[in-house]
Amino acid sequence: MAGLTLQDLRKSFGGTEILKGVDLDLPDGEMLVIVGASGCGKSTLLRLVAGLETPTAGRILIDGRDVTGVDPSARDIAMVFQNYALYPHMSVFDNMAYGLKIRGLSRADIRAKVDEASALLGLDALLARKPRQLSGGQRQRVAMGRAIVRDPKLFLFDEPLSNLDAKLRVQMRGEIRRLQRRLGVTSLYVTHDQVEAMTLGDRLLVMHDGVPVQFATPMDVFERPADTYVAGFIGSPAMNLLPGILERDGSAVTVGGVTIPLAGRRFTGAGGHPVTVGIRPEHVVVDPAGAEWPVELVEPLGSETLVHAARPGGATLTVKLAGGGTDVGGMVPVLFPPEHLHVFDRNTGRRMEPANAA
Amino acid sequence: MTSRLLPHAVLVAALLVFALPIWIAVVGATQESSAIARGEMSLLPNLSGFGVFGDVLMNGATGTGPVWRELLVSAGMALAIALGKIAVSIPSAYAVVFFRFPFRMTAFWLIFLTLMLPVEVRLIPTFQVMSSLNLINSFTGLTVPLIASATATLLFRQTFATLPDELVEAARMDGAGPLRFLFDVVIPMSAANIAALFVILFVYGWNQYLWPLLVATDPHLDTVVIGIVKMIGLDRETEWNKVMATAVLALVPPVAVVLLMQRWFVKGLTEGDK
Amino acid sequence: MERRTLFPGRALPALLILPQLVLTAVFFLWPAAQAIWLSTRREDAFGTSTAFVGLENFADLFADPLYVAAAGRTALFCTAVTALAMGAALLLAVFADAEIRGRAFYRTMLIWPYAVAPAMAAVLWVLMFQPQIGLVGAWLNRVGIRWDYRLDGTEAMALVIGAAAWKQVSYNFIFFLAGLQAVPKTIIEAARIDGARGFHRFRTIVLPLLMPTVYFLLVVDVVYAAFDTFATVYALTQGGPGQSTQTLVLKVYLDGIVNADVGSSSAQSVVLMAGVILLSSLQFRFLGRKSAT
Repeated sequence: MAGLTLQDLRKSFGGTEILKGVDLDLPDGEMLVIVGASGCGKSTLLRLVAGLETPTAGRILIDGRDVTGVDPSARDIAMVFQNYALYPHMSVFDNMAYGLKIRGLSRADIRAKVDEASALLGLDALLARKPRQLSGGQRQRVAMGRAIVRDPKLFLFDEPLSNLDAKLRVQMRGEIRRLQRRLGVTSLYVTHDQVEAMTLGDRLLVMHDGVPVQFATPMDVFERPADTYVAGFIGSPAMNLLPGILERDGSAVTVGGVTIPLAGRRFTGAGGHPVTVGIRPEHVVVDPAGAEWPVELVEPLGSETLVHAARPGGATLTVKLAGGGTDVGGMVPVLFPPEHLHVFDRNTGRRMEPANAA
Repeated sequence: MTSRLLPHAVLVAALLVFALPIWIAVVGATQESSAIARGEMSLLPNLSGFGVFGDVLMNGATGTGPVWRELLVSAGMALAIALGKIAVSIPSAYAVVFFRFPFRMTAFWLIFLTLMLPVEVRLIPTFQVMSSLNLINSFTGLTVPLIASATATLLFRQTFATLPDELVEAARMDGAGPLRFLFDVVIPMSAANIAALFVILFVYGWNQYLWPLLVATDPHLDTVVIGIVKMIGLDRETEWNKVMATAVLALVPPVAVVLLMQRWFVKGLTEGDK
Repeated sequence: MERRTLFPGRALPALLILPQLVLTAVFFLWPAAQAIWLSTRREDAFGTSTAFVGLENFADLFADPLYVAAAGRTALFCTAVTALAMGAALLLAVFADAEIRGRAFYRTMLIWPYAVAPAMAAVLWVLMFQPQIGLVGAWLNRVGIRWDYRLDGTEAMALVIGAAAWKQVSYNFIFFLAGLQAVPKTIIEAARIDGARGFHRFRTIVLPLLMPTVYFLLVVDVVYAAFDTFATVYALTQGGPGQSTQTLVLKVYLDGIVNADVGSSSAQSVVLMAGVILLSSLQFRFLGRKSAT
């Protein structure tokens, strides 16, 4: 059964449509990461599912039950907020227990649930403390504990790691992943960080301007981005996107003055059709036989080196080379291996699929 | 050197300007009224004269009741105003901040308008309203009209508006309704502001003069501030030592409240009024 | 300051705001309306009935040399009290903000007078300046400077100004100190590196940043001097000698309560109300609606 189903979910504020129709089915127990730049509607989507906003149109089903008009507290969900939203005047124990008290659970039941969650999160020694006496990571755990004690059908995470420093973020990311797997609760996780998205999600939903542009597994999104926006958003450093022309029969592209045969792939809509050609920096090959690009900047990162090149016309190219201290002269000769080229329609930005796809 | 001594010199001078009258009052209280009246007051206290404090507390001075009763009226008035204002303004500020209802802004502006109508400018008509409500010479008349003003509501409105939205959302997910949220989260989180406001309002209530002068002519309802001004009435032979003793007694409670709660009070005052 | 998340419902908020609205209506709006109504009426010679007289009470008021004199006196009084209280408080705040020993002690000793009632300020100043018993007053007379504010109008005015300003220094001090502490240390450091020092640094860097506080206190102090000083002046001089310390608020009280001229007193109240509303809207302007929206 689907853990979460959204049907043509829409939301407008005033006259502006923030969310322009989202449909999805998330299998039970999976973690969906909603990713996109700020203002893309991802937070609105989460708040609609939480019941903190009312949709303009569409339906929300959690575990098969239509909750569209239901109060947040009756949706059987739990939410972890970006700034944790812990009650500052309550102890860690009371923060976790508050929702259970309101539901009228017995003292013993509350105690048992909080103990279980705090053992799971390593919070046992901190139960009597106030939030301000905790570190950022500990507060984050309390916020998760508050969500866990309610045994919800659905977890909602609203950029929960963005207030932590880089090191802690990596650690907590792993913890959230392990915990979610272990509890097997369907989860929705909103972030603008594509690394978080790639590492955490069973599935990604990439949002852009209120429209869901791709709903797929992380590797699928990485390997077959649905449009130039997703291509530029997922992956670091970002995919190179260069203007190109599809050659006559659609079996080759010309990019940067070089015509590259596409090794057996053939696209429809041929005849000098303008396209955008994408290639990830790690797939560019430096070869004396390649076309020369003037180097602008070299960034040695230790284990790898980034070479930024630009041509007078304005086209830019990033090349990722293994190893540090690579000596690059004033020009870098590069080859684009055809099997790593992504082809997008330059007018629509959508990914083009070969007509002869296997 | 001058640049380091100058601040101290100026501050010590200012300190004396404020503290000297208090010292005079304490010292003067312990001396003979007749000596003071002749202008022969010592600047050191007469250690055997401290009995005057007990005397005014129990018996007052000519023409006034015992000071203990005046202090009690003052304390009752200050507490009733402070607690009453807090009790009235928290719900109204909460309603304005956390709900949307018809005429919300109209209601808010009506309350805001009271800031522009101090007692002094609506003296006669307020007196007439008080007499038509039969509130002259009653403790209710002394306190309730002063509970209405908007300062506290504005302050709480500002405090509540700064509570993070996520906290409200977390509470809603926890299943807390509006009243529960008010009592479990908003009020405990505003404790420091409530304390600060209590100080401001207690001092405000204690220090009232024109209002009690107007609505309470019954000597049993004299506050200590009213009482002491009666003591220095211009035509009478003034018992100066008793005036001074009463002055000290009248100053102790509000000054103590301000000093004990100085930190909260200063923060609440400067953050709230601006 | 619109919230993102609200609670649903209409009855509950109405119930929550009701007590304050009732109190406001009964003790503020009704009397204010009453004042306007009464200011257009006048009692007949026997005090048995009243008649509508339009704006005549106002016309009489502005034609009355005593009222015009009281208005001028009030303006002088307000200006002097505000200037003194603000000037002294700013000076003290600057010194108390400096890195000196005993800062906390000085601050506490300058904050407590906030608790002194306006009427109590009068009592304390009597103890200092009363010509026979006052420490300063008696001394002045002993060394041959004739001093008696009960007989000399100028001396009386000086005394009430002094007492009213003395009481308000503490309040201003608290705000100036908070304002000074809110000036970012990095700005001061940048100014030091730029070579600005001493009074020049204060005038060109600190004072402009303090201007919102100055405007705020300006309005608060004028309102204080115009209204809250009733007790100070009344307890010290009762407006005398003659009318030499009779400010507008005292006149409302004396005409309305002591002389029972309800029409004139109400007209005076309405004029004062207009004054407060004018001042409040000025404050609104200067403070960029901070406190209201």
